[in-house]
Amino acid sequence: MTTWLLRRLVQAVFVMLAMTVIVFVGVNVIGDPVEILISPDADQAERLRVIAAFGLDKPLWEQYLHFLGGVVQGDLGKSFVFNEPALRLIGGRFPATMELAFTAVALSVIVGIPLGLYAGLKPDGLLGRAIMAGSILGFSLPTFWVGLMLIMVFAVQLGWLPSTGRGTTAEFLGIQWSFLTRDGLAHMVMPATNLALGNIALVLRLTRAGVRENLGLEYVKFARAKGLSPSRVLFVHVMKNIMIPVVTVIGLEFGSVVAFAVVTESVFAWPGMGKLIIDSINVLDRPVIVAYLMMIVVLFVTINLLVDLMYTVLDPRVRLDGRE
Amino acid sequence: MSGLTLEVRGLSTHFDTRAGTVRAVDGVSFSVRRGRVLGLVGESGSGKSVTGFSVIGLVDPPGRIAAGQILFKGTDLTKLREEELRRLRGNRIAMIFQDPMMTLNPVLRIDTQMMETVFAHTKVSRQEAWERSRDALGMVGIPSPEERLSSYPHQFSGGMRQRVAIAIALLHRPDLIVADEPTTALDVTIQAQILAEVQTLAREYGTALIWITHDLSVVAGLADEVAVMYAGRIVESGVVGEVLDRPLHPYTHGLIGSVPSRNKRGSKLRQIPGMTPSLVDLPKGCAFRTRCSHADAACAEDPPIIEPGPGRSLRCFHPQLESVA
Repeated sequence: MTTWLLRRLVQAVFVMLAMTVIVFVGVNVIGDPVEILISPDADQAERLRVIAAFGLDKPLWEQYLHFLGGVVQGDLGKSFVFNEPALRLIGGRFPATMELAFTAVALSVIVGIPLGLYAGLKPDGLLGRAIMAGSILGFSLPTFWVGLMLIMVFAVQLGWLPSTGRGTTAEFLGIQWSFLTRDGLAHMVMPATNLALGNIALVLRLTRAGVRENLGLEYVKFARAKGLSPSRVLFVHVMKNIMIPVVTVIGLEFGSVVAFAVVTESVFAWPGMGKLIIDSINVLDRPVIVAYLMMIVVLFVTINLLVDLMYTVLDPRVRLDGRE
Repeated sequence: MSGLTLEVRGLSTHFDTRAGTVRAVDGVSFSVRRGRVLGLVGESGSGKSVTGFSVIGLVDPPGRIAAGQILFKGTDLTKLREEELRRLRGNRIAMIFQDPMMTLNPVLRIDTQMMETVFAHTKVSRQEAWERSRDALGMVGIPSPEERLSSYPHQFSGGMRQRVAIAIALLHRPDLIVADEPTTALDVTIQAQILAEVQTLAREYGTALIWITHDLSVVAGLADEVAVMYAGRIVESGVVGEVLDRPLHPYTHGLIGSVPSRNKRGSKLRQIPGMTPSLVDLPKGCAFRTRCSHADAACAEDPPIIEPGPGRSLRCFHPQLESVA
């Protein structure tokens, strides 16, 4: 277990190192931030001063080494635009995105699993087939369109829900959260639903397929032959077997929900990281882009680690160090 | 009636498929007495497993029990509601399945899978349920049952898993156990051990056993009575010694003749020509007639059940009186 964890951590470090190289070269190719940051009528001396201040006069490999040196000390550079540490900038937006992502994933589990169970138990029923048909819409409709439609209907036409921003926030553990106030929750309903739709469909279909597959297996028949109640057979025997693939997908989806909340955050003007990264890309604010992408890598590595740990809880046949 | 644990009368189990109605079990009657073993023999697709599932009430749609009675200690199981059946299953009637690798849930511990069976039928403390599970494991010959209880199925060998399944079946000292080819997937040595243990346990507790198999040598060693099934019907039944020594139905003849050990070394193995017929809309008459060397025009009609001797029954127009070579 400990050796496994150590090996995973070393792997994670290498993944991140590779990531920094790719990102560094990548952002260097997109364009020159100086063109955007300096007013067109600035003179040459001013230009050179700014370039030197950002360290952009040095060759790329030197910039990279300088960056790595900073990373080791926990410094991912300062934003060109805000002149603030990139990490603090992202940290400020982090809670907004996280609470949105958590709510979206929770929704996809709370709604997706029961619907999937039902559709798996009654595959030929009218409702079961309706659920399956609906799930196709769930992941084929584009997020931005659904988001706009939600705003159209619930904010513009009906006026039930607010369409932009986080609403009133309350402090908890020194961080501002929307889900703690009524107004904040109302603001969260639409963006969270919008973000969750595709995942609901995914979890639902996965659960249904699992139920269909497992119900036909011998162990289910044996469990029934033992005289167990139908609910115990479904919720203990079948459920525990289905959860293995579902947990994997939920884990990975959580990562992508955080990373790609960009669209939803833009549509609903949700002040999260997604909006920050889009703005940063527009002005080529390199340190923020790099820091953001590195944070996403850390997030994915952590999620994968947690999913692997969950496996050992769910499936006794999985041993992390490959030994019995 | 007193000694009769199970009496099945005219049981028909049909499957409604798109291709037509499959009469998997078609008018089957048999009975099992307390402490006795009935061997239900037949080829794949003869309806023996479906008969077993019908008895325990686990025929899933599109299957249904179309006709007949299943009298378990006088109660007709076909009349019971699902919840009443559930209370009997695993409690008074238990079942053991063919493949021990598939019957235990891979992600639940053995103690969970055993104790839930105890809780399903009795209100006892966890401690008592655990003790009963441990005793059941010990009874089927699993060494150090205390430790094995906290293992998972994948930590057991095939034979050990089947013992666990048998221990689960024995938890409530059932009156009837339906065993569906429980030793087919096991090594011969393990098979022999399990057969011996099951036989002892059945005798000891007066449990009636229905042992479904295609292996005549198992039937010869274990069963008291035997019923031979072909295409959903019992074609011949009686006391094991008599049926195996003096089979009357040409199909039983063929089955016994096909056992390799009965043939002389070097001589060609005998076999029954052809295959089991499709059960979809099976035509009237003896289903075996297309493969039978004695068939004639009379066989196009359903042969009546005749009783050539005490406790024996037969469905054939042409009983074979000469012995199997």
